Amino acid sequence: MKIPYPVFIKRSEDYPKWLPTVTSVSAVVLAFVISGIILAATGANPFSVYSYFFRASFGSWGAFSDVIVKATPLLLIGLGCALAFRMRLWNIGAEGQFFVGAFLASAVVMVPLVNLDTTPRWAIIALMMVLGMVGGALYAFIPGFLKARLNINEIIITLMLNYIAVLWNNYWIFGKWSEAGFQMTKTFPRSAWLPRLADYAREIPAFSGLTLHAGIIFGLVAALIIYLIIYRSKWGYKITLIGDNPRAARYAGIDITRNTILVFMVSGALAGLAGMTEVSGTVHRLQERISTSYGFSGVIVAWLAKLNPFAVIVVSILFGALLVASREIQPSGISFLIQGITLFLVISSDVLLKYEIKWVRPAQEIAQ
Amino acid sequence: MNWIEIFRSGISTGTVLLIAAIGEIITERSGIQNLGVEGMMLLGAMAGFKIAHQTGNVWLGLLAAIAAGGFLSLAHAVVTIHFQADQTVSGLSLTFLGTGLALVLGDGLTGKVSPVIPSASIPLLSKIPFLGQVAFANHNLLVYFGYLLVPLVWYYINKTRPGLHLRSVGENPAAADTLGVNIYRTRYLYTFIGGCFSGLAGAAISVAIAPGWYSNLTVNGQGWIAVALVIFAHWNPWRAAIGGYLFGVLRRFTLDLQGPRLLFGLANPFFHNTNLVFFLQMAPYILTIIALIWGSSAARKKRIGSPAALGVPYQRGERGL
Repeated sequence: MKIPYPVFIKRSEDYPKWLPTVTSVSAVVLAFVISGIILAATGANPFSVYSYFFRASFGSWGAFSDVIVKATPLLLIGLGCALAFRMRLWNIGAEGQFFVGAFLASAVVMVPLVNLDTTPRWAIIALMMVLGMVGGALYAFIPGFLKARLNINEIIITLMLNYIAVLWNNYWIFGKWSEAGFQMTKTFPRSAWLPRLADYAREIPAFSGLTLHAGIIFGLVAALIIYLIIYRSKWGYKITLIGDNPRAARYAGIDITRNTILVFMVSGALAGLAGMTEVSGTVHRLQERISTSYGFSGVIVAWLAKLNPFAVIVVSILFGALLVASREIQPSGISFLIQGITLFLVISSDVLLKYEIKWVRPAQEIAQ
Repeated sequence: MNWIEIFRSGISTGTVLLIAAIGEIITERSGIQNLGVEGMMLLGAMAGFKIAHQTGNVWLGLLAAIAAGGFLSLAHAVVTIHFQADQTVSGLSLTFLGTGLALVLGDGLTGKVSPVIPSASIPLLSKIPFLGQVAFANHNLLVYFGYLLVPLVWYYINKTRPGLHLRSVGENPAAADTLGVNIYRTRYLYTFIGGCFSGLAGAAISVAIAPGWYSNLTVNGQGWIAVALVIFAHWNPWRAAIGGYLFGVLRRFTLDLQGPRLLFGLANPFFHNTNLVFFLQMAPYILTIIALIWGSSAARKKRIGSPAALGVPYQRGERGL
């Protein structure tokens, strides 16, 4: 049989600068087309689903503010993943680090660690931020240490820790911290809330009802910091070098063990901060379902953004929209489906960056 | 505590892990790491349950589950073998894809019932005291399939010519290629077979061991535990069997701890404070971490590594390793 088959030829020169953007965007578009076909196969009308998607996420200022609220944890987690993935450390545990961060931040209010009536609001929030980040970082220390010292697969460790963190939180919200037997804590006092746009509705009436909170500012600042780390600092250069060529990095005298643990902890701190913004900015209490698998979507966000911190901002807003829109949509797995297909198409489109594809007939190859 | 019941149910839940882990062992021996086991299992569980529910024939359901797992694994195969994508990321996205597909296609299945795999006792063997009751009496047929699978797969990998090809492709693809083994075809084949086993493992949950469809709680992390088990098992089916059954027994044991009022003559904390149950539920995940640490350090001491070409895409004429 002479079926032409593709042969990959390594690019001799660099690919054009626009190519990664084009492949990523076409991957997303194609993902929506394929998901639409699957939706149609299950009997839904993909056009009405997608137009609903758009209206539910960008149709009004209120909707858009919800999108940014959803994008905030994705942004923080995506940045942490982008940093870790640069070193080829597969931190899939953002979900768990998020929960531990949310737990420690909640402890400030629930224990309480400070007098909530007399301590100024900024101090309470700052303490919650610090504890959220410490929680995430410490939780990420476990897989970092095991990876660095014993070379144990970090993917499985981080995944198992995710389940453990959720159960740990459940122990508290079903038990000691439960409000009247419900699976949630009491609502935090106002002094533990991140400022929201709606708080300023008296001065600026247009802000009334907008849930957008200060967490997005943390996300944007973090994006700038991670950008500076990766592209403008010696440490970022080391991280990239370890990721690209660990052997060369070792010969260059870079301490891989130390950097592995450190990168894991920074990545975890960002996820922990995301957990803090969620309890302090969005739900204002600790409850069972504070995450709609942000930890996993963050992985996709980072990869789709090609590990570029500024691209992570754009992609997390896009995914925030997807999450907002899919809240009410049936069947519930549709956002997972789109995310999975998108990631698949993006990673397979990467081959276009590394290789040129030529179609060869078998006879032709023999003739060469 | 009823020890016979603990061991019995440990063996049947262990069968799920065993089947999934053996599939992953076969795939990884060919040099392809497929982390999408969780997604393939969930899709298999959904397909098996849905078809069994709709047709009323559990064997058709089993076939559908095998096909679903295999079909999904082909996506991973194309992306990693032909497009040379990163196997970690591809495996993760396979989990997403499988979860999404299973939830979308399994919409409305919760609460439905389907026929289940029949149970049987092995004559004579089931008469052995304790062991017979634990291992050979009144189990569903997939448990016995698991018993047969272990020696068969071990023999296939280690003692047959295709098994030799499989190992050579995973250890040194360039050498295998010069000897005329088709690397791409071999890797496609074993990725597909691994996917089929994952699908079967999913159906083993939904139509045999814990019948029903509970959306993504049906599998609830067992796919990931199976992946960990492969490392613990040093890519050896026998060790995967020991690990799988041990895991099943320990898991059941910890869940049974909340039953009795007295534990070893003392007041049982899990009985008196039901919230402590969350710590018992952590047990399988903590056990997995311990098993992984233990397995990895044992492997290092005995100098058993993963297949040398695991995770490395193969391209002719390029230095892969």
